[in-house]
Parts: sequence; C-alpha cells; structure tokens
Amino acid sequence: MSEAVSKLYKALRRILAEPMGAFGVALVVLMVFGAVFADILATAEPSDISPRDRFQGPSITHLLGTDHLGRDLFSRVLHGGRIALSVALFSIAASLVIGVVLGLIAGYGPRWLDNLMILVFDALKSFPTVMLALALVTLFGPSLTAVVVVVILVNVPGYARIIRTQTLALKSAQFVSAAQSMGAGTTRILRAHILPNVIGPLLILASMDIPVVIAIEAGMSFLGLGVRPPTPSWGAILNDGFAAIRDTPWIAVAGGLPIIVTTLGFTFLGETLRDVFDPRLKVR
Amino acid sequence: MNILEIQNLNVTFDTEDGQLRALRDVSFNVPEHRIVGIVGESGCGKSTLINSILGLLADNGQVEKGKILFEGQNLTELNSSQLRELRGVRISTVFQDPMGALNPVISVGTQMLHIQYRSSLSKSEKLDNAAEMLRRVRIPDRESALTRYPHEFSGGMKQRIAIAMAMMMEPALLIADEPTTALDATLEVATIELLQDLQQQIGCSVLFISHHLGVIAELCDDVVVMYAGEVVERGTTRQIFYRPMHPYTERLLQCDPAGQSERTRHLPTIPGEIPDLRLRTPGCIFAARCHCREDICDSTPPEVEIEGQSARCHRLVA
Repeated sequence: MSEAVSKLYKALRRILAEPMGAFGVALVVLMVFGAVFADILATAEPSDISPRDRFQGPSITHLLGTDHLGRDLFSRVLHGGRIALSVALFSIAASLVIGVVLGLIAGYGPRWLDNLMILVFDALKSFPTVMLALALVTLFGPSLTAVVVVVILVNVPGYARIIRTQTLALKSAQFVSAAQSMGAGTTRILRAHILPNVIGPLLILASMDIPVVIAIEAGMSFLGLGVRPPTPSWGAILNDGFAAIRDTPWIAVAGGLPIIVTTLGFTFLGETLRDVFDPRLKVR
Repeated sequence: MNILEIQNLNVTFDTEDGQLRALRDVSFNVPEHRIVGIVGESGCGKSTLINSILGLLADNGQVEKGKILFEGQNLTELNSSQLRELRGVRISTVFQDPMGALNPVISVGTQMLHIQYRSSLSKSEKLDNAAEMLRRVRIPDRESALTRYPHEFSGGMKQRIAIAMAMMMEPALLIADEPTTALDATLEVATIELLQDLQQQIGCSVLFISHHLGVIAELCDDVVVMYAGEVVERGTTRQIFYRPMHPYTERLLQCDPAGQSERTRHLPTIPGEIPDLRLRTPGCIFAARCHCREDICDSTPPEVEIEGQSARCHRLVA
C-alpha cells in the first residue's frame, strides 16, 4: 500500500514539475475545492428566487451578479460545479469499469463472442453523440441519469476496444502461458496479469475524457436535455444568459467561464499525465 | 518408482489441411529423483509433449490415445480444475525465454506471492519464503530484489528468478523447456549447476528439454531422442552418447559442433527436412533422410530393447 502511495507522490511531483501540469493542477484544484465546499462558500441559496434583484451586475453581495430570476450566480456556479464534476467523475468511472470488463471478456473469451461484441461496439460508436442524447431524452425524459447514460454509451465502446486489443495481444504472451502452467485460473490471469498491463493507457485516456464529459453535460443542459431547472448547471446558466446576452453579458460569462476553466485544467492535467507516463509521445 | 509415465501418447491437431499427428506412440518414463532429457530438432514435438502433460494444448489439439500417468494418476482424464491444482504445485515449468516468462508490470515479490496463493501462510511468511527461494538461486540483495521489476534484472538473473518461482512449491516434477537456450555459455553452465543443486535439495524429478547435446550430456541421467513426433530412441545418457542404436541419434551426435576437432567451413548436417506430419506414410519416420535406408524401411520398424536402451529401427533386428 505504501508502495502505491509513494508512486502516486512521485507521479504528482513529476506533473507539478511541468509548467502546463502545474497550471492544470491549480485550475482543477480550484474547481474541485469550489464544488466540494459549495455549501460553505456560497453566499446565497442557489435556487432562491428574488424578482426584485434580477439582472444585477457583479457586486459585493452578488459576486457574479444575478440572473433573470434574481438568483445569485456565484452560488449557482459553485453548485453547478458539483453537478458537472460529479457527473464527469461518476460517468467516467462507470464507463471505465464497464469498458474494462467488456474488453477483457471480448479479448479473452471465445471468438464468436468477441465478434458479436465488436459489432455492438461499432454500432454504438456510429451514433452521433447528440442524436444518441436526443433519442434517449425522447424516450426517458431529460434528467441527470440521461446525461450519465449518454456518456457511458459514448465512452464504453472505445474503452472496451482498447482493452480488447491489448488483451488479445497479451493472451499469447509467455508470462500468461507461464502463469497458466503454474496453475493460475482465468480470473486470476485476467486480474493479476492482464489487467495491470492494459490499464495504464486507458486511465490516461479517461482522464483526458473528463473535460469532454463536462462539455457534454453542459451542452445537454444548455439544450434542456440534461439537468432539470431549478437545479443549477453551468450549461443551464449559460442558456439563461444566452437570452439576455446583449444587455446583461455577465450571466453568460458566469456560465461559460467555469466550463472553460475546468475543461482547460483537466485537459492540461491529462496531457501532462500522458507525457509523464509515456515519454515516447512527448513532442519537444 | 516413476513420477511420470507416458504410455503410447498420440496427439493430433485439426488443421485446415486435415489432421496433423504431432505425437505418435510416444512412451517413456521419468523415474523418481532422475533428470530425463529430451532431444530433438525443432518441430519434433517437444513443446506439444509439454503442453499435453500440462493439459494446455491449443483448442484444436487433442490427446487421441494413450496415457500420461503422473504419480499414478492419468492426467488425460482429469478435468481442468483438477489439472490446475497440480500445476505450479506438483508439476512446475521453466520456460525458454526469461524475458517473456515474467510479467513486466508486477514486481518480482508480488509475482512470487501470486504463486503461493493456494497456501494458507500469512503474507509476511510468504515473503520470507520468496526471499529464501531467491537465496537458493543465488540472487544477491534479496530484500530489494523482491521490490524490483523484471526489467531491472539481467537475463541470467531473470532465468534464476523464474527457476525460483518454479521451485517455490517444491514440485515433484519440474519441466524445463530449453531453460538455457536464451542464455550465454557461462550462464548456461551456472544455470545447469543451479538446477542440479536444487533438484538434489528438493528431490524432484526433472524433464529437461533441449537441443543442446552438451547440456543434456552434462545434466541428464536418461535421454529420450525424438524425431518428427516419435520417440526414436531412449536409454541412459551413457548408452545414448557412447552406443547410439538409431541412425538418427548417430547422425545427431555427429552434428554436434562441440565434437568437431578441426577447423571447418562446413559443419556436418543431416540432409533433408522433417517430414510433413499431415502426409502419413507407414514405415520408419526417418527413412527419407536415413543414410542406411533399405527397402524394408517402408514397413513399420520394430522397437528393439537392449539392456534398457531401446530404439525403433529395422537395422537392429538383422
């Protein structure tokens, strides 16, 4: 266990040594901090409507101003961050677990199952994200769950394919036959020998998918397909501001800026992660 | 007593061009505390033999006929989970390529823990076991070696680690599949001495596969000579090397570069190639390449036994 902790610490130090990585970490820490402590940091209830205070510009009482219903935008942005980050983390984690399991089954299982699964993955992948989202929302109505399901459906085929390809390559590796000849069963070989060899690149890829997921959530909420009002979401705030962008641009800024900052932070972090762990890809 | 008895083993593979008979009527014994060597050129069925003992034949391969008796138990009749319980505990394997046999992303210590997963010992006792095994294969600085990864060791050390892993559970039978082929000459000697020492300490039997005659002569008590999926001759190492009965063994010994006393540009070879195992002809399998071929060789050769040494050849009857 301490071995893993010291490895993590080493990796963190290498990321911080890169200027881009340090910047990414700073942005991510800022957003995560805001989301985690949203209850303490928020200056007002995010969903409290006060028509008298509508369309107010940024001030001491309303740090980012108020929207068309007089809701405090600063508080809404903080709570929106909670939604954005938890959707991103949960759906990426779920996609990872499902993708890894399906990929291992496809790669290590019988040939016909592999062919069938690849067919399903390709069919899923050929759907444009927006069409998939619209279809699901039409069926089940707009909700946070719909967002998560869309993200999982979009990500799983790719993740599973990566794991499957590498599993196929490792299936005949000598250390796998060595493990077999030493009495290891299928689950043991998959868990102890194949998984540790294939998971690394996927984790880096997944970390780079976090900003994509945040954008999907914001996009769906912007279109009214995601989080239902009055729950705060960056995409919804952006949509609120969109209607009044000529007179009160700060509402759109309050919704858009955190999306930009967070995606930028995670992208920088992900790219540094990739460079640190796979020096071959580094472009100097 | 025999640890391993192979009786009339026939293994076939289904291929697109029909059935390939990879092993035909293979029979030999591995007695207790003995090292038995198997020699033969590439493609003679050595790997198929190992895989059929381990029950790890490819999906299109099957044991058609014959018995593999391990400690009296017929391995061909066991199901996969019963076989798995034997592998790594009673029967262990060392492979040719030490770079490939260890998992590159798991530390040596963790891999040695994995092997002991059936044991009920505590983790620290298992680690002690692992360190003790590393001591026996003469790996220096054992505590830190356990935390290191395979790529941090040299080829010879990796092979010794692989041997340590194979010997960990003190098996009754160690199958060594060309364990020294990937090593240089000095390491080869060291590895062979190590195998001999461990074999004596643990008291196991060894089935040693190699095409290096010098290594076989040095290490083995008995020798089995295989050609194109058949056992052409078997006997004690002395018998095989000093008084080969089968023409193939004779030619094989002549081809050993170590036997060459003068400088030459042309090392002796056996003309011809291993026959296509899908086109099965009756008669002696080696006939096409044999230097003392006669008409009678087109009929199945008899097995002749003299003082425990046996070979399949018509010449021996006359």
